[in-house]
Amino acid sequence: MTYLAKPKLHHPSLPRNEAGYTRRDYEGKISTLCAGCGHDSISASIIQACWELDIQPHRVAKLSGIGCSSKTPDYFLGNSHGFNSVHGRMPSVLTGANIANRDLLYLGVSGDGDSASIGLGQFAHCIRRGVNMVYIVENNGVYGLTKGQFSATASKGSKSKRGVLNPDEAVDLVGMALLLRATFVARAFSGDKKQLVPLIKAAIQHPGPSFIDIVSPCVAFNNHEGSTKSYDYVRQHNAAVNRLDFIEGREEITADYAPGEVISIAQHDGSMLKLRKLAPDYDPTDRIKAMNYVQERAAAGEIVTGLLYLSTEAADLHQYIKTVDTPLNQLGTRELCPGSAALNKINANLR
Amino acid sequence: MKPTDIAHPDYFHKVVDCQWACPAHTPVPEYIRLIAAGRHSDAYMVNWNSNVFPGILGRTCDRPCEPACRRGRVEEGNVEIRKPVAHEHGSQPEPVAICRLKRVAADNKDDITPRLPKAPKQKNGKRIACIGGGPASLTVARDLAPLGYDITIYEADPKAGGFMRSQVPRFRLPESVIDEEVGYITGIGNIEVKTGTRIDSLKKVLAEGYDAVVVGTGAPRGRDLDVPGRKEGAKNIHVGIDWLASVSFGHIDKIGKRVIVLGGGNTAMDCCRSAKRLGGEDVKVIVRSGYDEMKASPWEKEDAIEEGIPILNYMVPKSCTIEDGKLTGMVFEKVKAIYEGEGEKRRRKLVPTGEPDEHVPCDDVLVAIGQENAFPWIERDAGIEFDKWNMPVVDKVTMQSTNPKVFFGGDSAFGPKNIIWAVAHGHEVAVSIDKMLNSEDLKDRPLPAVTVISQKMGIHEWSYDNDISAALRNKVPWQDQKLTLKNIKVEVELGFDAQTGFAEAQRCLNCDVQTVFTPRLCIECDACVDICPMDCITFTPNADESDLRRQLTAPSLHPEQDLYVSDTLRMTGRIMAKDEDVCLHCGLCAERCPTGAWDMQKYLLEMTHAGPGCRKPQRKAA
Repeated sequence: MTYLAKPKLHHPSLPRNEAGYTRRDYEGKISTLCAGCGHDSISASIIQACWELDIQPHRVAKLSGIGCSSKTPDYFLGNSHGFNSVHGRMPSVLTGANIANRDLLYLGVSGDGDSASIGLGQFAHCIRRGVNMVYIVENNGVYGLTKGQFSATASKGSKSKRGVLNPDEAVDLVGMALLLRATFVARAFSGDKKQLVPLIKAAIQHPGPSFIDIVSPCVAFNNHEGSTKSYDYVRQHNAAVNRLDFIEGREEITADYAPGEVISIAQHDGSMLKLRKLAPDYDPTDRIKAMNYVQERAAAGEIVTGLLYLSTEAADLHQYIKTVDTPLNQLGTRELCPGSAALNKINANLR
Repeated sequence: MKPTDIAHPDYFHKVVDCQWACPAHTPVPEYIRLIAAGRHSDAYMVNWNSNVFPGILGRTCDRPCEPACRRGRVEEGNVEIRKPVAHEHGSQPEPVAICRLKRVAADNKDDITPRLPKAPKQKNGKRIACIGGGPASLTVARDLAPLGYDITIYEADPKAGGFMRSQVPRFRLPESVIDEEVGYITGIGNIEVKTGTRIDSLKKVLAEGYDAVVVGTGAPRGRDLDVPGRKEGAKNIHVGIDWLASVSFGHIDKIGKRVIVLGGGNTAMDCCRSAKRLGGEDVKVIVRSGYDEMKASPWEKEDAIEEGIPILNYMVPKSCTIEDGKLTGMVFEKVKAIYEGEGEKRRRKLVPTGEPDEHVPCDDVLVAIGQENAFPWIERDAGIEFDKWNMPVVDKVTMQSTNPKVFFGGDSAFGPKNIIWAVAHGHEVAVSIDKMLNSEDLKDRPLPAVTVISQKMGIHEWSYDNDISAALRNKVPWQDQKLTLKNIKVEVELGFDAQTGFAEAQRCLNCDVQTVFTPRLCIECDACVDICPMDCITFTPNADESDLRRQLTAPSLHPEQDLYVSDTLRMTGRIMAKDEDVCLHCGLCAERCPTGAWDMQKYLLEMTHAGPGCRKPQRKAA
């Protein structure tokens, strides 16, 4: 962290997007997290993604729970709506907000404690219900705010900073998201923005429940030898299955990695995603195979990253419960109370 | 690219743009910080050691530092962040007012005389003659007298100071400031100033057995006008620099009501503003070239216009009109600029527009169309070689002529420049003389003294103020024109008061506090990339410079500004590349770095002047 606010001065050539904003306009307050925290890189990636997508800041709602990760919405999109909810309850609050106003873009920002421990049930049901949102877990495997106890996503057998081995099985949020049919599932590493930013952009554009598990090293308590969430460990064990190259209608994402076969996936709203395959046999549209693959590679000690699953037939909560197209918060008394004649008609139907 | 060699003194020196641009390499940010801290005497001494005439230069310097100042580049594209308040210039990118801050130090200092060096009682037995008492000679005297040299300065005018005294008008530079700063030098001791003594033979001086002779006689000959009517109108046509000298010494105190000043340089600006004060009511500057190509510093042109003096461009003097033996005006041909050729061969040519010539009536003409060197007093058999332009052949580094005992400095060395160049020459001449008279190789020049020290005081505390000010450049307040235009001795600029001086000092970006990167400590967490307000930092695979510049986080706008490239990083094999161009030196990269791979370190470079430091054995021992 720093005591100073980031100077308002910016690079002379800093461009504006279609919405008329510079990237700096999407920033928030100065971060109070520890210097070098992976979460700050994720905030920077969200800023970059929103700028590149020309998003109107006032059309975004940021929701979070409790924890280091859940503090971060204060550090990006300073001109967007935000709600810092109770520990582990972000998914419920987000669902409620989404029901009330389906027109906003919902960013749920959570951590491994918030989503895999106290909020595990909330996480599961929110995904299961298909709420249209981007659900980001900033996953560092450790309780940073309480000085470094193992969290529920810490790998079994990994070592704490004090040298204690973790005896418990880790909660696999990616596996759960696949199982519960999130329609967009990805895993990324905070130290690789070239991979992360396109994934956030795709998740934002994806209509339906999108989940991104972002491994984000805790520099203070989980960046040592024996940790499976340190900068070094993740770099050594990162097995990317693909790179997101291109979202239709957007500029090409320049990539500095080895070329591979490019595949196109049509999303149900007609937009196309172009993926560069890195693992030759990996098919991100096959949910069962994806689940198997991720488990297999995890057993082999690899951290599989990339766009792991994308449903071509996405749907969301509003479709399931058949709400009207107009956001509920915009309905007036006339629509909500159509009068006794309408009531009589309904009652007659039920007789 | 190869990793940057930050141990080379030039690398970080170039990052301190102002100091790199200053001919005397004054540690600018160092003295600006001292001003901000209210330590005006200390700030003055940093200047005095380096540029000898802080009070004079703080009013008159040509300011090569300011166009180089990073603040100007940094404010580019940023001025909309803030509306100017009353005492600020308009909303456009502007450098720090480095020059006028120097004056703040000079104006607010305490008595610094106890800090000045004194000549030793024991002289070293070497005698040095300085011909001409201007800034070059005075600098040589200041550097050598404290070492025990016996200095004699020959000055043709009644007082030492040279150009600073004779040609810079008093409304820009009060006499008291010249007296004070010349006095600091002559007060050292071992310096005899023979005023009113014009040297008419170099051989005679050499015959007096001096161990070295310094020529610092300036460029004393004003270029004259060669048009019909020049001779007939001679009584009312004056050569600018001679006229300014006569005004300075009180020989001239009035001029006609209508005055034409010919020329577009700083001398022309001094002439027109002086004329305005000596009775000129209708004073015009008339220039061959366009406004932008004029040689005068932009602020000097603006100051003349501010005083109600029009500048007429693209008018070439054709003839003087004379009636009854008296000058009545001048005829000008109207021209326009056309450009011929491409690239490097592109040349500007002034061609007539075909419009009828214009007659401009006037009572007096001041000719300020250039000045030249003249050495009628140097015998051609004095052992000094002259080139085809009749200029002495002088070594650009040692300032030595082909007569090993004779050195040149200031305008007399390479033609008209300015005070700060004369000072820089003076330092080099002093080093050369000191080395020569200690039987050392003159070409073996001393390295500058460089220290690089971390400024970290605590987790978020630095020994410098890293909170970047958003203020725009402050205006220097002016004395009321009702007073200044009536009396040539009333100084126009009042200088910054302490409060505005502080505000202006805070605009300095502390470019000497360097971002130093230690690659082996870096864990590539991107914290520095994310926090950098100017997007200076990039982690990327290595490549050659042109490719690397294309891969930067933000486009490289000034390829002449260096890229700071690290060694290969341990984890990913990438490198760190930092574009030095618009770095704010805010230190946020270092505050955000979890491992201390970034540190803010003050780089202080001080030129080695004459004395034991410039000589060989002592330097090794040190």
